[in-house]
Amino acid sequence: MEIKRGIAVSPGVVPGPALVLGTEDFRIPRRFVSVNAVDVEVARFRSAIDAVCNEISENERLASERLGAQYGAIFTAHLNLARDHKLREEIEELIRERTYSPEFASSRVLRRYAKLFQNLGNQYMAERAVDIFDLEKRLLRHLLGTEREELAHITEPVIVLATNLTPSETASLNPEFVLGFATEVGGHTSHTAILAGALEIPAVVGIGPFLSDVSGGDTIIIDGNHGEVIIDPDEPTLKRYRVTRDRIKTANQKLELLGDLESKTADGVPIKLFGNIEFPEEVDHCIKRGAEGVGLYRTEFLYLKDDREPSEEDHFNAYRRVVDPIPTLPVVIRTLDLGAEKFPHSLEDLAEVSPNPVLGLRSVRFTLRNLGLFKTQLRAILRAAVYGDIRIMFPLVTSVLELRQAKMILGDVMEDLEEEGIPFCRDIQVGMMVEVPSAALLADRFAEEVDFFSIGTNDLIQYTLAVDRANPTVADLYSAADPSILRLIRMVVAAAAKKDTPVVVCGQMSGDPLFTSVLIGMGIRELSATPFSLPIIKQVIRNITIPQAEEIAAHADTLDVARDVENYLRGELKKISPDEFS
Amino acid sequence: MSTPSVCTREVVVNLENGLHMSPSARLVQTAQAYDCDITIRKGDRTVDGKSMLDVLTLAAEKGTTLVLEANGDGAQEAIDALDQLFMTNFAVS
Repeated sequence: MEIKRGIAVSPGVVPGPALVLGTEDFRIPRRFVSVNAVDVEVARFRSAIDAVCNEISENERLASERLGAQYGAIFTAHLNLARDHKLREEIEELIRERTYSPEFASSRVLRRYAKLFQNLGNQYMAERAVDIFDLEKRLLRHLLGTEREELAHITEPVIVLATNLTPSETASLNPEFVLGFATEVGGHTSHTAILAGALEIPAVVGIGPFLSDVSGGDTIIIDGNHGEVIIDPDEPTLKRYRVTRDRIKTANQKLELLGDLESKTADGVPIKLFGNIEFPEEVDHCIKRGAEGVGLYRTEFLYLKDDREPSEEDHFNAYRRVVDPIPTLPVVIRTLDLGAEKFPHSLEDLAEVSPNPVLGLRSVRFTLRNLGLFKTQLRAILRAAVYGDIRIMFPLVTSVLELRQAKMILGDVMEDLEEEGIPFCRDIQVGMMVEVPSAALLADRFAEEVDFFSIGTNDLIQYTLAVDRANPTVADLYSAADPSILRLIRMVVAAAAKKDTPVVVCGQMSGDPLFTSVLIGMGIRELSATPFSLPIIKQVIRNITIPQAEEIAAHADTLDVARDVENYLRGELKKISPDEFS
Repeated sequence: MSTPSVCTREVVVNLENGLHMSPSARLVQTAQAYDCDITIRKGDRTVDGKSMLDVLTLAAEKGTTLVLEANGDGAQEAIDALDQLFMTNFAVS
């Protein structure tokens, strides 16, 4: 039994037989053909390239059907490459004039183009070399007639292991038969992660080389919660995971049924549930999981995914992608929340080197000192707001002055757009994250100046307990159950109530069923969490009454120590939903 | 002599990501619908407007000026159609 560790990019736990997609090293059997056979070989080439075009068309159809039109569009472009007459002409010329075998000719020509693309000095084009290699693979497969296990041909559920998963490999997969993914390379934004997220199956990427340790058919367990892949698990481990998986499956089946049910307490009080997203595509999960909108769109990935600052159009397109499927539901866009230490190269000159990045130039303070960046994002948000119910939220606001400055910049941007005659939403709602002690302590003043509060518990806990949540040596001191945190939340709720300012909780705490009842009991009526956890939260909500929740909150208020609060809440949760939480 | 058989037009690439896969595919598909020869020139490089690979190798980034040239039957219509693509920023109707 071996345990490999990687990046967990899609949650869940699943055991299953391995299907290893081998690295593509087609050996070309011969380089030259006899002069007499040239016509036959050209015909064979033409037949192969036609087959490839048909295959790509079919992939486009399948991908659009199963995974959505945006995946399908990738193949339209591939098809145009495969149909390129220059490509055919060059390959045929090598076959006719130099008696190259079709395999050799194809490989030569395609690799030449791939190299050309890589040397254009353009990041985007260099990545397109991958598409050319993909085309080469397909063509060689047809020419060599190699029987390869393809994802389209599997008939039993498998776990797919690969170096990397390309769009073409995954286009034809049947979601029914894929239990999970594990790849050697990749990160949070790799194609594998996005696909696994869309299919809601576990995935672990960035494991490093490990394929040589696995054979097709080996039993594998993917633990997408902890980022582990277990190869050839021993009996006790396997049993443990099977039990976990069955439990999760039963729970999930029950939860699926909750999708359409209303999110309200047993005594009929509505608790609004929203989804937190990082990529625009995740809005589809939100819809699927019954969210009433997007409570937090973390826009950082727009800045991290490419090596350059996103343009106004990049922002605008992403926001449109989120708002178009849900034009009548709220979408809260949080402005750039990056810390200086996370900046991609292009922004490096703007970053400061700080020993305490968590306390340094980040989030709204950063954007207030880099108005170019700030205004670009604000412009895009205001423009996109015409198409739906978009709201703006400023992160890490620590003083009223800061908030006023940010609002002033927003006002400037509105004037600019007005002058330029560009349509935008003037009466857009503006809110702030309450995630530092100063914001919570002064909530009554802040409530006068914003349209809503969003309590960012992740950072609030960090700054209140003075614990760096990224530091493993003090991780055990970080707890949402700390009485100080509960008291701050109470404070914010009370201050907001006086001004009728809505409050939503959007950190990890809101997605944890352990805290649902105490949050409601303290007066919270809106929660925003990862779509995945919404059904389970809804279940808790539907099983309690407000008086019950308030009693739980009142009792929690009498405890002094985080662990006691946690234990108490755990006990209460078991009473509320005994099946799921025992 | 009726219609001119050689037409040229200068266009500017206004796409944020330049002439990448998707617009190149549309450009080439549009060009292929016409019988005439179509070329695209960037600086001193001229490529075949009906070849996706050729067009991609131009690596035309935002702000690049390109010269479209069509020669033969339907040259005018072809140039107009291609010009339209650039003018509308390859927006899908």
